[in-house]
Amino acid sequence: MRRAERVLLWAAVAVLAVIAFAALWPGVLATGDPLQTDVRAALLPPSSEHLFGTDQSGRDVYSRVVYGAGRSLGIGLLATGVALVVGLVVGALAGVAPRGVDAAMMRVNDVLMAFPEFLVALVVVAMLGPGPVNIAIAVTLAAVPVYVRLARVQTRTLRHAEHVEAARILGVPRLRAFTRHVVPGVLGTLSVLATIGIGSSILAAAGLSFLGLGPSEPTPEWGLILAGGRNVLGQAWWISVFPGIAITVTVVSATVIGRILRARADGRAT
Amino acid sequence: MSAALEVRGLRIAFGADPVVDGVGFQVASGECIAIVGESGAGKSLTARALLGLTPADARVAVDTLMIDGTDATALSEHGWRALRGARIGLVAQDALVSLDPLRRISAEIAEPLRLHGLARGRSALGARVRELLRRVWMPDAERRARQYPHELSGGLRQRALIASAIAAAPAVLVADEPTTALDATVQARILGLLREIADAGTAVVFISHDFAAVRRLADRVLVMQGGAVVESGLVAEVLEHPQHEYTRQLIAATMHDPRVAPTTPSEPVLVAAEVSKSFGGVPAVIDASFALAQGRTLGVVGESGSGKTTLARMIVGVESPDAGSLRWSGAPRVQLVHQNPLGAFDPRWTIGRSLREALEAAGVPRARRADRVAELLAEVDLAPELADRRPSAHSGGQRQRAAIARALAADPEVLVLDEPVSALDPSVRERVLRLLARLQQERRLTMVLVSHDLDVVGAVADDVLVMQDGRIVEQGATADVFAAPQHPFTQELLDASGPVSP
Repeated sequence: MRRAERVLLWAAVAVLAVIAFAALWPGVLATGDPLQTDVRAALLPPSSEHLFGTDQSGRDVYSRVVYGAGRSLGIGLLATGVALVVGLVVGALAGVAPRGVDAAMMRVNDVLMAFPEFLVALVVVAMLGPGPVNIAIAVTLAAVPVYVRLARVQTRTLRHAEHVEAARILGVPRLRAFTRHVVPGVLGTLSVLATIGIGSSILAAAGLSFLGLGPSEPTPEWGLILAGGRNVLGQAWWISVFPGIAITVTVVSATVIGRILRARADGRAT
Repeated sequence: MSAALEVRGLRIAFGADPVVDGVGFQVASGECIAIVGESGAGKSLTARALLGLTPADARVAVDTLMIDGTDATALSEHGWRALRGARIGLVAQDALVSLDPLRRISAEIAEPLRLHGLARGRSALGARVRELLRRVWMPDAERRARQYPHELSGGLRQRALIASAIAAAPAVLVADEPTTALDATVQARILGLLREIADAGTAVVFISHDFAAVRRLADRVLVMQGGAVVESGLVAEVLEHPQHEYTRQLIAATMHDPRVAPTTPSEPVLVAAEVSKSFGGVPAVIDASFALAQGRTLGVVGESGSGKTTLARMIVGVESPDAGSLRWSGAPRVQLVHQNPLGAFDPRWTIGRSLREALEAAGVPRARRADRVAELLAEVDLAPELADRRPSAHSGGQRQRAAIARALAADPEVLVLDEPVSALDPSVRERVLRLLARLQQERRLTMVLVSHDLDVVGAVADDVLVMQDGRIVEQGATADVFAAPQHPFTQELLDASGPVSP
């Protein structure tokens, strides 16, 4: 690995570590209660007392951003994890299914893939109604088609790989050869893609919250905090800018790690 | 006559490790010199250095480098460009990657002519391209010129590549393993073509690991080992009286005497009667009838597409015949060793885990498996600690040994080997072949060895079966077939690999 790449990787890991810490133990990092309002201290600019300033209700933006980390990171990991498992199962089934079934499954998948992920998520929320659980479902469903496609093609390739045939010739039963040699191989490829997917799931969830389709006030959620500062952006830029930075560095860090992992996986494969 | 190419004191290093250390030779016009060695000997790197094409991180130093009267000792990239193609040409090993897939053959050959301003105007270029294609004996040249590389067979692609390399009539032609990926008969034709080019006055540098090919083509030979020339001289003299131990090994590893099998008859374990198999209407094997004798080795020889692999796969039971029958005496325990051991192991598993899986499938109780893995590895001369490594951390020879060990885990009676040594260096190949011979004796194995290499088959097979276009055209005891081939194709194959012993 080149030196610049190594520096970038460790920087991304450090950023994610801080955010993961904030997600797990927000009380340690936060300087106040994220829900505590104080009308006399409304719209204060960043200071040593309020690192990121305060919002219209006088809540500490820094503490709200810290407490919001858990929700954002959680939804990113959960949505990606569930999408990966669903994608693996559906894709592997399509990979071994008869031609007709496979073709039908793939055409449905193609239709879903034809729309941007965010649009699919919006449609799902429109059908299920707003709310934090529903945006989690929506983001998950929107992420699934990519995994299905990749899992299917990997299954097709690995099924006929020489080492799988070799195991069959040695007398390993068909199903066992499949679960031992094919599925882990597919999972390996998918998990690399998933690292990149975490970033886009976080972004999609924050986007839906920003539009008011996610958790409702006063829940500390990055997209929601950002939306809350929209109307006073001229006087109090800090309300929107800091959660915006939080979203950006999280998404960029997750994506950087994912891409480097993928490059290494590709390098190993050749 | 002055030399067309003269090299003195060529040294190439990556970091602190010298890979080529003080190589020097000269080649006269009309002469062919061969550089022979195994992977890592530095022969390919030497070839690249002659064209100024070493990798960017290589440090190259040379005392003298004269190419066709030009001093190329310290040439800039700009200077090299005027030289390459015009004064010194390169034919690489893999014509498919060397030719631009999006360009027609004629455009590929015309490029050096245009670059060096040797032919102007469409008609002049066209005429020169046609002349070059005729010179490399391209069949159906008019049509081939309009085709793309993927439409040509390996041999024709190699001809096209040679045509483009000699287009600007360079004084020196460097051919880096130009025939390694080709079938024996095609290889013989390409070697003949290179000899013709040398006879017409070009100095040819031929890089190879194969002494049999060298003998057919070269006048003089340099043997390289570990970056240095260990022996050099006239081909006939080196072959007759090799001075260096390594040369002797290489010669022994690439040229065998055909095996004289004991004629004691044994029971057939398998009788095949008119077995046929086709894929999507294209016949792969047609009416194959033969018997596999207990405790003997049957060699299956043929060129790519001859159906030999399909036949092997039917014997193992991975494919079933469309027609005909394979009758076994008793319930057979058959195992297969794949051509490519890297693909035959799960890349995520250690070798030990793959071996344990094979033992599990063979019904060996869990408690016994660890010991059996060590025993199997010892049987194929591998150290037990190699079990903890993944396939990618092994050398090609180690992987093939491990693949053989895995096949033995099931305690087979019949072992089918599909091109087991074709990807290996000669000395490694020699050791694997010796291992197979030993295992056969110790375990009383019956073996089927599929190969395109007559020399390998001649060295280990008791009986041989020659295939062409899906049919068995000749079969019999190896010594008989080699001594008096009946079918014209067998004769051509034997001619192509050179007389195995003079």
